[in-house]
Amino acid sequence: MSGHFLDFEQPIAELEAKIRELRIVNQGGEFDVSIEEAIGKLKEKCTEQTKKVFSNLGAWQITQIARHPMRPYTQDYINNMLTDFDELAGDRAYADDKAIIGGLAKLDGTPVMVIGHQKGRDTQEKIRRNFGMPKPEGYRKALRLMNMAERFKLPILTFIDTPGAYPGVGAEERNQSEAIAMNLKVMAELAVPIICTVIGEGGSGGALAIGVGDRVNMLQYSTYSVISPEGCASILWKSAAKASTAAEAMGVTAPQIKALGLINSIVEEPLGAAHRDYSGMAANLKAVLKQQLAQLQTLPTETLLEERYERLMSFGYC
Amino acid sequence: MSWIEKILPRTQSSIKSNVPEGIWTKCGSCNSVLYKTELEKQLEVCPKCDHHMRITARARINAFLDTNDREEIAADLEPQDILKFRDSKKYKDRITAAQKATNEKDALVVMKGKLNGMPIVVASFEFAFMGGSMASVVGAKFVAAVNSCLENNTPLVCFSTSGGARMQEALLSLMQMAKTSAALAKMSKKGLPYISVLTDPTMGGVSASLAMLGDINVAEPKALIGFAGPRVIEQTVRETLPEGFQRSEFLIEKGAIDMIVDRRLMRDKLFSVLSKLHHQHLAN
Repeated sequence: MSGHFLDFEQPIAELEAKIRELRIVNQGGEFDVSIEEAIGKLKEKCTEQTKKVFSNLGAWQITQIARHPMRPYTQDYINNMLTDFDELAGDRAYADDKAIIGGLAKLDGTPVMVIGHQKGRDTQEKIRRNFGMPKPEGYRKALRLMNMAERFKLPILTFIDTPGAYPGVGAEERNQSEAIAMNLKVMAELAVPIICTVIGEGGSGGALAIGVGDRVNMLQYSTYSVISPEGCASILWKSAAKASTAAEAMGVTAPQIKALGLINSIVEEPLGAAHRDYSGMAANLKAVLKQQLAQLQTLPTETLLEERYERLMSFGYC
Repeated sequence: MSWIEKILPRTQSSIKSNVPEGIWTKCGSCNSVLYKTELEKQLEVCPKCDHHMRITARARINAFLDTNDREEIAADLEPQDILKFRDSKKYKDRITAAQKATNEKDALVVMKGKLNGMPIVVASFEFAFMGGSMASVVGAKFVAAVNSCLENNTPLVCFSTSGGARMQEALLSLMQMAKTSAALAKMSKKGLPYISVLTDPTMGGVSASLAMLGDINVAEPKALIGFAGPRVIEQTVRETLPEGFQRSEFLIEKGAIDMIVDRRLMRDKLFSVLSKLHHQHLAN
């Protein structure tokens, strides 16, 4: 469980602190029944409080959960949900972008190709991962792995968690636009099942570049948007401070996006969100992925691709 | 002081009385005062310095296609405010204002026609319509353009000018990137040529989808083309960007585009390219 708490998690943080204090009091000494009782009551209260807080979250609060410093990242899902991971590096042309990781793995024995954005936990790691913002070589590594997956008939699982594609001089020089566009075009026709899951931040084209598939899922407290709420606010409201208003207006949360028919499923998070229970979260997601994969694998390739195309063509109101 | 500057005040005062307003315009690059009718003949390219000014979607199509056998595609698709989006203005009001200002329903015009007799489909962005931004209607019209090509085995030419995906339709706009790119995959598979012409400016979600996916990518001179806007990059890297960064001449140097073509020569150049790329269908 994490030591980081967001503003609106404060009531939960206070209760958890009290529980910890009582535990310390009872530690070492003889077993004290009344203290254990008190802890039990506090735990109950804490659960109630958590339920209360999480039952009523706005788009901006959910954005903060999606960006929580302790939120499970792609590597955590690989560790908790898959086995036999062999990481594969590089785009074979320029570099190995650490903001996207990928490789071969098994999902309950079934070989798969897994690709996802990767953020860092501590400062050093964050810098190494470029805060999960890929450059063209990251998208081209992803493309290389996806083409390989098609060659060896491996289903593809992608995990989306990025503030966006990196806006830098080098990224532009190496044609960030083309790298993203090419993935969109190729993913539309890859002859293997593709399941994409937004696990944290779905930041614009940088997210979509590994987000075209047969099934697209969002975790309950993940977000997906055309531009970051801050970016939208600074353009349309002329103030980044209006990010919360922009998040509401754009409708960045899973239920809002599902209502527009742009995703297939919302994956439930454990009480208090994914960062409170990595293995619980991984188990929920694994169940969904297994079920979807089983469905997709019954389809002849032609049907799979037709249905994927139909899905893509259905985006929008006309 | 050039001769035109010397005579300018006198000319202006003398035309005031008997000539309607707006007959002269100034080049935004070299400041030359230009006769509007002449500028139109030059397809809004300054005859003095070759600066390419913005041109409307329809003027571009008019200049590009043969005058006969034109047929507009998906002309009646209209934008809707599904999200009830409101910033300082309602999206609904922005749509109405843009429609009034441009006389277009949305930011893309698609026309079936001929190029020197060769059947072709042209898609053209209207920058004056909310910055040429892509949302549901633009996506749908682009797909309609592709479908017409698939049906009739014709090439597609798209002239882009766009700030990117339209924020007011939020994620629906983002998904148009996937939708248009998937449609273009069908073109490739069928061996039908797609030429993308990137004009000033082509940025964000449009650049990172349909505009960069041409079999041939062409740019007009000095067009701003890129994924992230220069201001965003400056804020990220905290340094001033080099002169000419993200301009056509920079992109061709970096290998991102095939050629830079003057607007006045576009028709001939693209016909030259297409007559070779599309040879199998032209022989029949």
